Amino acid sequence: MKPAPFDYRAAHSVAEAIRLLGDGDREIKVLAGGQSLLPVLNMRMGHPDVLVDICRIPELGSIDVDSQEAVHIGAAVRQAQAHADPRLRSGWPVLTEAIGHIGHPQIRNRGTVCGSLAHNDPASELPAVAVALDAELVARSQRGLRRLNAADFFDGPFSTVLEEDELLTEVVFPRQPAWSGSSFQEFSTRVGDFATAGVVVRLERAGDVVSAARLVFFGVGGSPVRVAAAEQALLDAPVTPSSTAAAVSALEEQLDPVGDIHATAAFRKELAAQLAVTGINQAWERCA
Amino acid sequence: MNEPTADLNHPQLPRRPLGPPLSEPSCWHDIRVTVNGAPVCAQVESRLLLVDFLRHRLGLTGTHVGCEQGSCGACTILVDGVGVRSCLTLAVQADGSDVRTVESLAESGELNRLQRAFHEEHGMQCGFCTPGILMSMTALEESSEVIDDDAIMEHLGGNLCRCTGYVNIRNAARRACLRERSRPVDEGADRDA
Repeated sequence: MKPAPFDYRAAHSVAEAIRLLGDGDREIKVLAGGQSLLPVLNMRMGHPDVLVDICRIPELGSIDVDSQEAVHIGAAVRQAQAHADPRLRSGWPVLTEAIGHIGHPQIRNRGTVCGSLAHNDPASELPAVAVALDAELVARSQRGLRRLNAADFFDGPFSTVLEEDELLTEVVFPRQPAWSGSSFQEFSTRVGDFATAGVVVRLERAGDVVSAARLVFFGVGGSPVRVAAAEQALLDAPVTPSSTAAAVSALEEQLDPVGDIHATAAFRKELAAQLAVTGINQAWERCA
Repeated sequence: MNEPTADLNHPQLPRRPLGPPLSEPSCWHDIRVTVNGAPVCAQVESRLLLVDFLRHRLGLTGTHVGCEQGSCGACTILVDGVGVRSCLTLAVQADGSDVRTVESLAESGELNRLQRAFHEEHGMQCGFCTPGILMSMTALEESSEVIDDDAIMEHLGGNLCRCTGYVNIRNAARRACLRERSRPVDEGADRDA
């Protein structure tokens, strides 16, 4: 089908965009890369009155590393641009790997990093990466600026805590500490499909033992799913078959995926656990 | 309502625009795009998809409409040199861009090297997906990447073919595109060598 009629406004500055978003009388959607929004409009699952295009705002189009060595990715940065960035590849490799799993090159040429975060598809990769790497999301509106932790940002399927008049202007990934390592694992039936299940693992190492652990799953719940009990099972010991087995049994207790046409709930849970084992081992190997 | 204006002597554009604009105008915008080397000015509705602009307003029907949700890749074109889904792009978003469609490949009516490879390897059956595949492979070829089997499969992954088993498509892409070394991106030169 074709989209229902709507108005289109191209913003040329953040100030202009948030002024447009502040018009509370009409349903307004932010248009970034459009790779999730356009299918929704084409299928007439959404009927916004106005689209505000933010891709012509120069200040949102860059990837910058600040003095704290955190990386700021603006809301108009395409996934392909982030995927090719050598600073991300060396400093946040798990982010680069995750982007490589989003759709196909043709999708990543237009889709944006922040758009994927604001959309929060339950099967999408980047929300889980943001939670695992303790990212901070910056939202601006005419009322001011909010800095939100990724852990508090995603509140349900296709839902975030962003207010209707707020624009996600950038995501900030902090510098990854020395002696930490991450891993991204995903299974999908075909390359480029939505994930059947996936996990982002981040470990920190002190001496011979795990000092901090993050296990964040996607595709197994309405939002990124962090399993604290499994993280606890890995702490204060080296990664060994017995510590991963303890993590897996915690996962099996805590994960509660739904079954659908692609996978039963039981299969999805087992898949998630196996991906976690692979991810834990790889993240541990990378702790250097 | 003004019809699009274009360089009507350009060989790759129709003599005059085909078909009426969609009949429920919402909000209209003036856009300027370069389509296959020719400048085009037009008024478009907000909701007009780029693929429908190319097909219905400019008569460039080589670009096909498949799924309209970004899954099939039949509508793949180049926007500013990279492959994109023209069903997931609004015409108004292309304002100021350089757009290339499958019609740009055969200059002066001669198939280019990529098209010849698909012809000689019989890399198609019904042909519906072929324009999108050719444009995906054109984007790959014009990038600076090393082009090995993995790169070809990665870039073909976004194009569905419902007839073939992809074997001849892959063979054709290999014949035309494989290259062992990366190369600097040069603006358009050597495009159809």
